[in-house]
This record gives sequence, C-alpha cells and structure tokens, in this order.
Amino acid sequence: MTNAIEMRAVEKAFGNVRIIQDLNLTVAKGERHAIIGPNGAGKSTTFNLISGHIAPTSGDITLNGERISGLRPFEINRRGLSRSFQVTNVFAKMTVWENIRCAVLWATGQRYAFWKNVDNLPEVRRRTAEILEDIHLTHRRDVPAGLLTYAEQRELEIGITIAGGANVIMLDEPTAGMSNTETDRAVALIRRLTEGRTLVIVEHDMSVVFGLADRISVLVYGNIIASGTPEEIRGNPKVKEAYLGEEEH
Amino acid sequence: MTELTSSAPSPTGSTPARNIGFYAAWGIFILAVVLLPLIFRSGGSHTTFSLIGIAAIFALSYNILLGQTGLLSFGHAVYYGLGGFLAVHGMNAIAAHGLPVPLPFVPLIGGFAGLMFGIVIGWVSTQRAGTVFAMISLGIGELVASSSLILRSFFGGEAGITTNRTDLPALFGWNFGPQIQVYYLIGFWLVISAIAMYALTRTPLGRMCNAVRDNPERVQFIGYDPHVIRYLSFCFAGFFAGIAGALAAINFEIANAAYLGAVQSGVVLFATFIGGVSYFFGPILGAIVVTMLQLELSDVTTVWQLYFGIIFIGIVMFAPGGLASLLMMHRPLVRAGTLSMILPAYLIAIVPTLLFACGVILTIEILAAYSQGNAASSTIRLFRIPFEAANPMTWLAAAVLTIGGFFVARMTWRGVTAAWDRAMTAARERGYHA
Amino acid sequence: MLELIVISTLNGVLFGMLLFLLSSGLTVIFSMMGVLNFAHASFYMLGAFFGYQLTRWIGFWPALILAPLLVGAVGMAVERYGLRQTHKHGHVAELLLTFGLAFAIEQVVQMIWGKLPMDYRVPELLDFPAFTIFSTNYPAYKMFMLLVSVVIFIALLVVLKRTRVGLIVQAALTHPSMVAHLGHNVGRVFMLVFGVGTALAAVAGVIAGPALVTQSDMAALLGPILFVVIVVGGLGSLPGAFFASLLIGLLQTFAVSMNGSLASVFGPLDPSTGASLLTDVWNVTIAQIAPILPYVLLVLVLIVRPMGLMGTRET
Repeated sequence: MTNAIEMRAVEKAFGNVRIIQDLNLTVAKGERHAIIGPNGAGKSTTFNLISGHIAPTSGDITLNGERISGLRPFEINRRGLSRSFQVTNVFAKMTVWENIRCAVLWATGQRYAFWKNVDNLPEVRRRTAEILEDIHLTHRRDVPAGLLTYAEQRELEIGITIAGGANVIMLDEPTAGMSNTETDRAVALIRRLTEGRTLVIVEHDMSVVFGLADRISVLVYGNIIASGTPEEIRGNPKVKEAYLGEEEH
Repeated sequence: MTELTSSAPSPTGSTPARNIGFYAAWGIFILAVVLLPLIFRSGGSHTTFSLIGIAAIFALSYNILLGQTGLLSFGHAVYYGLGGFLAVHGMNAIAAHGLPVPLPFVPLIGGFAGLMFGIVIGWVSTQRAGTVFAMISLGIGELVASSSLILRSFFGGEAGITTNRTDLPALFGWNFGPQIQVYYLIGFWLVISAIAMYALTRTPLGRMCNAVRDNPERVQFIGYDPHVIRYLSFCFAGFFAGIAGALAAINFEIANAAYLGAVQSGVVLFATFIGGVSYFFGPILGAIVVTMLQLELSDVTTVWQLYFGIIFIGIVMFAPGGLASLLMMHRPLVRAGTLSMILPAYLIAIVPTLLFACGVILTIEILAAYSQGNAASSTIRLFRIPFEAANPMTWLAAAVLTIGGFFVARMTWRGVTAAWDRAMTAARERGYHA
Repeated sequence: MLELIVISTLNGVLFGMLLFLLSSGLTVIFSMMGVLNFAHASFYMLGAFFGYQLTRWIGFWPALILAPLLVGAVGMAVERYGLRQTHKHGHVAELLLTFGLAFAIEQVVQMIWGKLPMDYRVPELLDFPAFTIFSTNYPAYKMFMLLVSVVIFIALLVVLKRTRVGLIVQAALTHPSMVAHLGHNVGRVFMLVFGVGTALAAVAGVIAGPALVTQSDMAALLGPILFVVIVVGGLGSLPGAFFASLLIGLLQTFAVSMNGSLASVFGPLDPSTGASLLTDVWNVTIAQIAPILPYVLLVLVLIVRPMGLMGTRET
C-alpha cells in the first residue's frame, strides 16, 4: 500500500541558511499523524513544503505515491491534499456561508464556470449546508467571516480545509489561542471530521497531541529525530533530551 | 436595492420579501432608463442621459476588476478605446459594403474587440495582483495610447476616425439619427450589460473573484489558480468596456486617441470609486455624479478639475466605500426606525461643513482669479452672491469661513459620531445589524 | 557616428541619473511603507516650479536649497495628514490617495502657473559650453546636473551604510515585515523617509527644470516612465532601480537620435499598396517610437521575468 505522504531527503534553504535538511517523513493512509517540536524547528516550513506554499531546494515529496514536489498549491490541492493555516486565513469580507461554498466549488466540479447560477447548484448547496452543520456555524451563516469570534474563525478555518473533501488534511495549530473548553470542542470536531481520512497536525498542546495522534514525529532543527506511536515517543530518550526536556524550563 | 450588493446573501436564506425588493430594484432601474427621457424632453438632457449610460456601462465593467476582483487598473480605457475604434471601422465597413447589420448590433463588435485585447494583454498583466498589476496596467495603457499616434492608418492620428451612424441599415424604421433614438440604443445596452454583469457576480467564477479579492493566498489552497480567476475577470471587464466604447463611438460618430488615454482611464476610476466599489449599483451612481459634475462644473468654474480631484481625495480619505456605502450604512437604521436619532446631528453638522466648503471654494476662486491675471475685474458668484476677487473683505470672508468652518465642523462631526453610535446601538437592540 | 555615441551616452547617463534621483526615493518609500507614491513625479514637478519661482525671486542657488526643503515639507504633511489617515483602509486606498493627489497637484500648478512652458533659464554662471567634442558644444549646465546627481547618489550610499536611519531603511528593503517592529517612532521614520524621498524628487525637478521643459504636464509625462523603471528593476530593489534608470535613460536617448526605419534599411514599399498598418510600421523611425520603448521593455521584462530584473519579491 502506498503512503499518504512521503518526504525523502527534503532540503530547504533560504540563501545560505538551511531551514530543513535531510527531512524524511512517512505518513500512512488513514493515520492521524502529529508533528511536534520546539519553536523554530521548521514545523510550519514542513507544512509549507508539503502543501506547495514553498518549493523544496532538493528532495522528493509524494502524495498517494505521486510526486508533488514543485507543483503549485492548487495543483496539490486538486490531488487531494488540503491544509489550514496557523494564522486565521479566511475570506474576511464574505459571509460564513460563502466561505464554505467557495471551498466546495472546485471539488464539485464547478471550475471557473461563468454560465451557472451559483445559487442553483443543489450539490454545492447541500455540501455547504452539511459542512456548516458539522462545524456548528449554521446560525452564523450570513455573518461576514471577519466579524466572527476568534474561536468561530478557527472553526471556519477547519471547515474551509475539509470542505473540498480532500483525503489528506493538514491542520497547522488548530487549537492555538483557544481556552480549554474551546480546545476540547475543537478536538472533538477534528476527530469527527477527519474520520476515515489522513490527518497531519502541528500542535503545541501536548494533551491534544497525545490524545489525538496515532503516530508522532518530532522535528528539531529541520530534522526528524524520532517517529513512532505516542508510547514510543514518550519513552524515547532523544526526544526527552531535545524537546520534552526543554519544555520544563 | 437589497440584493444588489456584491456579497448578497444566498437564496436559501432569502425570504419572499427580499426577492420582491430585489426585483423591485431592477424594475425601478429599467423603468428609470425608459421613462427619464420622456420626462426630461430637451435635447440637452437626452445627450446627458446618453453620456451617463455609456459611463455607467464603462464604470460597471471597471468594477468587475476593482470591486469584484480587487484589481486596481490605471489603463482600463485601452479596452474602451479599442472597442470604439473597432466599432467605427466596423460601421464604416458595413456602410461601404452594404452589409445587412443594423446599428444596435455594432456594440457587439466593440465588445468582442475589448474581449480579444483582454485575452491577449490580460495573461501577462494578471500574473500578479496589487501594486504590480496597477503599474503594468498603467504601462500598457501608455504603450497603446502612444502606439495609436504611430499607427495612423488605423487610429487616424490626432484627428481620429469618423463615421456616420445613419449610413447603416435602419431597424424597425429607426435610423438612429435623432439623439433620443441613440439614447434608447444606449439604454438597451445599459440594461442588458448591467443584468449580464450582475449575473456574472452570481456565478461560481464571480464568487471566486470575490475570494481572490479577499485572500488570493487561500484561494490556491482550495483548488483554484488565482491567476486564471484574475485573467477571466480581466477578459470580461474588457468585453463590457468594449461595449461602452462602441456606444461612445456611435454617440459621437468618432473615435480618437483620447478614448484610449490616461485621462479616460482616470475618469472611470474616479467614477467607480466615488460611486462605491462594494455595491453593485455603486458605479452607476458614480457614473451619474461624475458625468453631471463634468458637465455642470465646467460651466461654472475654470478650475473644475481641481474640485474633482479634491472630491476624490475626500472620498478616499473619509468614505472609502464611496457614496453607495454612505447610503447603505443607514439601512439598518432605516429598518429599525432609529434614523431619526441621528438626523438632528446631521442638520447641525451640515451648516458649518457647508460654510467650510464655501470658504475653500472662495479661496480657490480668488487664487484662480489672481493667477489668471484678471483679479481686479473678476467677480466670483457663489450661490448667486457676488464676491469681488480683489476686495480684501472677500479674502477675510474666505479665511474666516475656511478656518472657522473647519474647527466648528470638526466639533459638530464628533456629535454626529456620538449620535451614530447611539442610533446603531438602538438598532442592534431591535435586532438589525449592519 | 562616434560623436553621436559619445553625446548620446552622456545624455543618456544624465537622464538615467535624474530618473534614479526619483526612483530611489520611490523605491525606499515603497519598501518602508508599502505605498507606491503615484504622486512622486508630481513632487518632481513641484520642485521645478518652486525652483523657477524662487529663482525669479531670490536667484538659482538659494532656490536649489530652498525648493527641495519646501517640497519635502509638503511631502511630510501629505504623509502625516493624508497617508497616515488612509493607512487603515489598506494599500489600494493609499495608492488611490496619491493618485488623486497627483491629479490635484497638476490642477493647482495649472491654476497658478498656467499651461504654457515657463521661462526657466540656466543660471548665467553655468551658461557656457563645458567642452567641445568633435563639433558639438556640451553645455556646462548638463555637467553640473550630472555632478549634482552623482553627489546625491554618493551621499545616499553613505547615509544608507553609515547612519541609524540608513540601517533601518536597508533592513526594510530586505525584510519589509520588520518595519512593524520599529516601535513608537515608526510614524516619525515614515514621515522623514517620505519627506526625504519627495525632497530628492524636488532636487531633480529644480535642476532638470532649466534643461528640460518646465510645464504643467511634466509630471504626467515622466510619471509612467518612472513606474516602468521601478517595475523593470524589480519593486523594492534599489540596485534594480539604479540599473533600470540607466538602462531606460540610455535606451530613450539613443532611440531619439536615430532616424532609421524599416524603409531606410529595406527600401520603400511599393507606393501602389496605399496607406495601411504595414506602411505605418514600415515608415516609422526609431526616433518616433522612442516614447514607447520603455513600455515595450516593460512588457518584455514581465514576460521573461515577472518579478523584475533584480526583484526578489513575489508581491
């Protein structure tokens, strides 16, 4: 069986500075994979590399066995990978309904159609309504996204990410800045919405990581130093030294 | 005009009342286009209405770029002008070869000319958005405008190319000689184009244009190529600009280099922005205001373009949503019935504001009279009150009005802000949001 | 031929240095504030007209100092009371504000000085030929213009490399996002940068006024070329602006002095074909297409290298 994501010997350099070097990462299909590591370890860069936001300097990235390194973000998205952003990245002047609907359009095959009335597309309407229901924002459907509360915007962010029906979902710190209750809610949401899909998540909250992930990879200075089940990671001395140890200072 | 907003609510939430409002707004618009020339019957007003119609199509096409897709163009007149030139050549060819094409179809020639040039030029222009797009549009505008003076056989040099619209086959007995017939031709295309452009905003492409405007980065991560969206938007804008250009060519029976120039590009930007880019009807409003200003102000003062610039700067600084937004921000107050809470504050503020404006106008006119060297004999008429430009009392009046008006106006506008907050809070309590 | 090349090179470098006086200010303002100052050429025009007026009142040399200071003050006022107010509405609004300003400045200049060219003369002190190449007398005033622009160029380099504000500007050129971390004096730095940038444009105006034409359309004529320079060089790149300024200066100067056309190379077309687009293209001289060359260059560069010759930024 091919893996959902494979990164082989990926390197990213900005000028002379190597942010990522010899990065190898494997995410199996259907697994929930968390990437952890101290600040500046290159977690977001890894996300940007996989999703095509930036191109690797060298190395290979494959999605479901197909090489995607060097492709543009929308090409990668069309091949079934969708990501969220650490800083809320929604369509601020458009309503919640329209935010989700835009994210549904490509997946339902509308492409750049300029001859169809967007309001008369039953499939688009049904899926948009479903997603809104899923992320509990139906009652806020006509509010411009820019006017939502922070937690609501984070939920919308997740909604936009999953709306296209991609089979690989990547969430960049989905619970950052949330209160405990909000975090619990978000985790339940993520768990439910990514059922049957592959999930890659970057997260600082260790309770979220160890509660949610099937496998965990630890990234330090642009290099994966360990990859395994939560138990293996917890017992790994290298991880304790490089990462968990630092947390206690 | 409930639903004429660029981000109208989706129909699943639309009540019958909303739909009635929507169709009523369009009905009133079409009725106005049909009836206005019958109410104002003078030849002059028919000319004015024709100019407004052309300007409205042009401004709506510009707003496909600026309001819908977030692309600021300094060279949109290229497509207007090329549409005009192709239409003139088309009309001359139709007349020369006796082709059975009546005049009402000529705007399509202009439209397809605009579309063709949009297709060719757009791909390079729309690779990047923002400032770079703005600069490229400016550069290409200059390139085409300068080239038009070199390629004389096509553009006719400084004189331009003339045509005669009555040489084309008549349709239903209309030969389009009288201005009223030309007006109805323009009105017909205005209604068709406005409906088409509104419909465009309601398509998947139209919605994605808004998404690209709001956040081009995120668009890439939901499967769309922002470049393609900008490109298609650009082509449509070119098409409708071409229609407007062709109508202008029909109206004036000439196309010349001014059609393509930076001034024409600037005027459409002014009209669209002053009217308001965030509502569909904003550009129509702007086209009316700017056309009227051009016609009326130029009769009253020699420095009318300066007022034009000042009005534009004022809108950019204090009401970047344009006139349409200024109107529409009162909608929740009207619905909640709290508009009356703010009217007294408006009435108080309007007095010093008008006095301040009078002071500025007096100052400008005094300066203009002096620099034109005829201050001694010059009398400025402001609302029928004569002022002598060389009289120190006039200077004093100008200074007092400007400075005093400014400070008093600033105080009273604070009152307006406070009243606004109260009225808005009351409206929210009654369940009406902005 | 050699004469033509030497003179055109001198004139081209001169025009290029003038362009750089403008494009350097524009680039620094853009990098620091994210605002493309559409009115930059208008400040150049204000410099020329202030220079002309002050020269009539107090003479050229005081005017050379005073006019840029006045224009810089106007620029600072525009930043303080205009741009800062508009900043919250985003960069498009800021660009539109400067666009409206360019329009208004042209109208004000027209209102005060009229539409005709000014009689702005070269100061007597410099009104002599500096040297003679072959048969052409090269005016001393042009050498003076070259000298001024080179001195300012060097002064700019020193300021950028050696002073605190220079370091901030340099940092902003490479990392635009760091400007946000300047803290409480960011407003003052912006105002200063805008003031200096517009004053530099005014210097170019004062010295170019007597040599070129001082007229109310000079901003509208130069403005678009200026934007070509900074897009071709790469938005936000100072070396790019320098390189593109010289390139376009030389390109235009050389083109103007050439009278060749396709007809003169390949012989005239058969006259029986009549006037057509082909005859237009066939008979046009290189001198006649000189005004459109910068825009052709712009389009070509954008096709080959969308971020500009030395640009590194995507947006």
